[in-house]
Amino acid sequence: MINGPGARRGMLLRASVVLMAAAFAAAGCSGSSASPSAAQPSAGASASAAAAASGAAASPAGEAITLHVLLMKQAAYSDTDVAAMTAAFNVDHPNVTIVPEFVAYDALHDKIVTAQAGGGGVYDLILVDTPWPAEMVKAGLITEITDKIPAEFTSGVFDAAWTAAKYNGKIYGVPWINDTKFFFYNEKLLTDAGITAAPKTWDEVEADAKAVKAKGEVKYPLISSWKQAEAVICEWTQIAAAMGGSEFVDAQGNALFNQGGGLAALKFMKKLIDEGLVDPASLSSTEDDVNTAMATGQYAMTLNWTYGLNVMNDAKSSKVPGQIKVAPSPGEGSVVTSGVNGGMSLAVTTTSKHPAEALQYALFLASEKSQEMDVANALPMWKASFDSADVTKNNPTLFAAAKVQFTGLVARPVVPYYTKLSNALQAAIQEALLGKKTPEQALNDVAAQLPTFQK
Amino acid sequence: MTAGTLGRPRGRQSKPWPETWVAAAFVAPAALVVLLVVVIPLARAAWMSLFDIELTSPGVEPFVGLQNYITQLTNTDFWDSVSKALFFTGVTTALELSLGLGLAMLMDQPLRFRWLLRSIVILPWALPTIVNALMWRWIDNGTYGSLNALLAQTGVIHDYVPWLSQDSTAMWMVVLADVWKMTPFCAILILAGLQGIDRELFEAARVDGAGSFQIFRRIIVPLLTPIILVVVVLRTMEAFKVFDIIWIMTGGGPANATQTVAIYAYRTAYQSYDFGQGAALGYLIAIFIMLLAAVYLKLLRRTGA
Repeated sequence: MINGPGARRGMLLRASVVLMAAAFAAAGCSGSSASPSAAQPSAGASASAAAAASGAAASPAGEAITLHVLLMKQAAYSDTDVAAMTAAFNVDHPNVTIVPEFVAYDALHDKIVTAQAGGGGVYDLILVDTPWPAEMVKAGLITEITDKIPAEFTSGVFDAAWTAAKYNGKIYGVPWINDTKFFFYNEKLLTDAGITAAPKTWDEVEADAKAVKAKGEVKYPLISSWKQAEAVICEWTQIAAAMGGSEFVDAQGNALFNQGGGLAALKFMKKLIDEGLVDPASLSSTEDDVNTAMATGQYAMTLNWTYGLNVMNDAKSSKVPGQIKVAPSPGEGSVVTSGVNGGMSLAVTTTSKHPAEALQYALFLASEKSQEMDVANALPMWKASFDSADVTKNNPTLFAAAKVQFTGLVARPVVPYYTKLSNALQAAIQEALLGKKTPEQALNDVAAQLPTFQK
Repeated sequence: MTAGTLGRPRGRQSKPWPETWVAAAFVAPAALVVLLVVVIPLARAAWMSLFDIELTSPGVEPFVGLQNYITQLTNTDFWDSVSKALFFTGVTTALELSLGLGLAMLMDQPLRFRWLLRSIVILPWALPTIVNALMWRWIDNGTYGSLNALLAQTGVIHDYVPWLSQDSTAMWMVVLADVWKMTPFCAILILAGLQGIDRELFEAARVDGAGSFQIFRRIIVPLLTPIILVVVVLRTMEAFKVFDIIWIMTGGGPANATQTVAIYAYRTAYQSYDFGQGAALGYLIAIFIMLLAAVYLKLLRRTGA
């Protein structure tokens, strides 16, 4: 039996415990903004969206407007680049104040969901990755702009860039980033192993990796970004595309990723690990980790986004500046090259009170002139840029590789349940790579879950 | 001024406010905040957990009763994440308590630079969790991390170990990162308890022939039991709902090897747009924590704390 003060302390402690638990429950469920009734865009939001879709005029000239824009923290189109583009935009639109917010890619999707889901979102313009339009359209987060796209965009921009902007044939975003993973290699390590040209097929990659390993200069010739994140899906997609897997889910919603190219790619990735050709640390490596690893000079080959070339060769941080070269991503069999579609688009939200101005700003950021501001870190999505000697002169090899790859990029599935599918595939691919399941078993297990995702 | 005259006079003829009204006025702002940020969200989350709410199906939110709870309680992924959380909780709490006790005993000694020791010891706890997690992710990196470099240069390992890429080591590395950060917290609390013990008890025990171990076992541990239990309660509740340090270091991987229940709940709610299930998971986590807390409270009562 406890005494009086003890009982009081006990009660206080108990109350504290309950309060903390309650606070956690509240935090754990803080999607409360999306209540049963609030998951739909508000009437005002719908009105704004309708206004944009019907071609509503911009706000009265001179009216002070503030646009909140959600972007991605990255080397290409960095904070500084965007500030410069915005300054140029403000020359003709002095009344528009742009408030950009930059978040890491891995936080971008969840930031959009938490900020916009309640229908009272704060952003006017958001950056959307290739597989997201389907789910965001279905969730009522982004506005259709099919009839607002200028003709020069339709004809001048690479077809692949539109994938990140379209769903069911309608346009919901202005393409802004057109990217894919390129093949980077350490020229010296390959030359030392007697290899005189970059491999053109994944079989050649495997053979070259064995030659480099046999030379003994490095323990693992390959490093990859296979972390349980979107990174591993992008690499698997790219290799799957090379092995003939350009579709992952058919029109009826049946799984295709557990056969053909998807399965072959996963088996190949596992084989590279079993043969000691790829560093097992790849399973916790992001694209940034891969850049850092390549810059140590201890790896011969990798795949990565455009910006990686500059980072790996940066004289300030790389031990092998100038040694890292770029080539088109390897193909296999009849596939000459392949690339995962890493495009992103700028989408006007359904909650924007200034959809016309948000679209104007997006079109300005995506214009040919703006796109050619930072060609060292990001490739323009305009076809004409690739024919301009002024634009391509600093890195003709990269532009040459891109011109080939951009014609046949493969998209991750643009389906409303993409994030669920991606999460399941990330874990399944890693289970196979760790040897916990066979590649067939891992992918078949995800295929069996598809009906649950689609409900 | 006496307690009974605390109220503000309301005009010349009005009486002072009763003491209970004054007390209520003081409590009201805090109560309002609790109502807004705890009670209302809690009630709303409870309501949501009874519906099938998917953001990708706006307007289609049927009432499903307890189905969201049943779905999760029969889901192997849920139980797998609970077992990961329990492992993390058990190991980190045990290690942090043991090491914290040792550190507290050391800091309680009349050392010359005790103030410096105390300042250094508290540094890891002072670091924001995000910074700590990023730092350990860097240290544990399998290709260029300093842990591998240190172990290789001292001859402990011959080949670099991909610490965060193996399911056998990834969880231990996040445990290490958490222990490094939270041990000082335990040490400081226990040190406060140690300093409350009357030193004459030690002297009397020594006069009676007790050795250091006997003093530790017969005097220090029994007198510290209440504070130790408080530390255990706090750490258990925090550790069970761990999210940030693991999310930054591994993202729940490799192959879900570090996916604790909070990460599972986050993925369900915010990445899969499944707010009904997410709300149910939040409540299940809260129930787990309350059950754990109830056990500890019973223990606390037994010790008379």
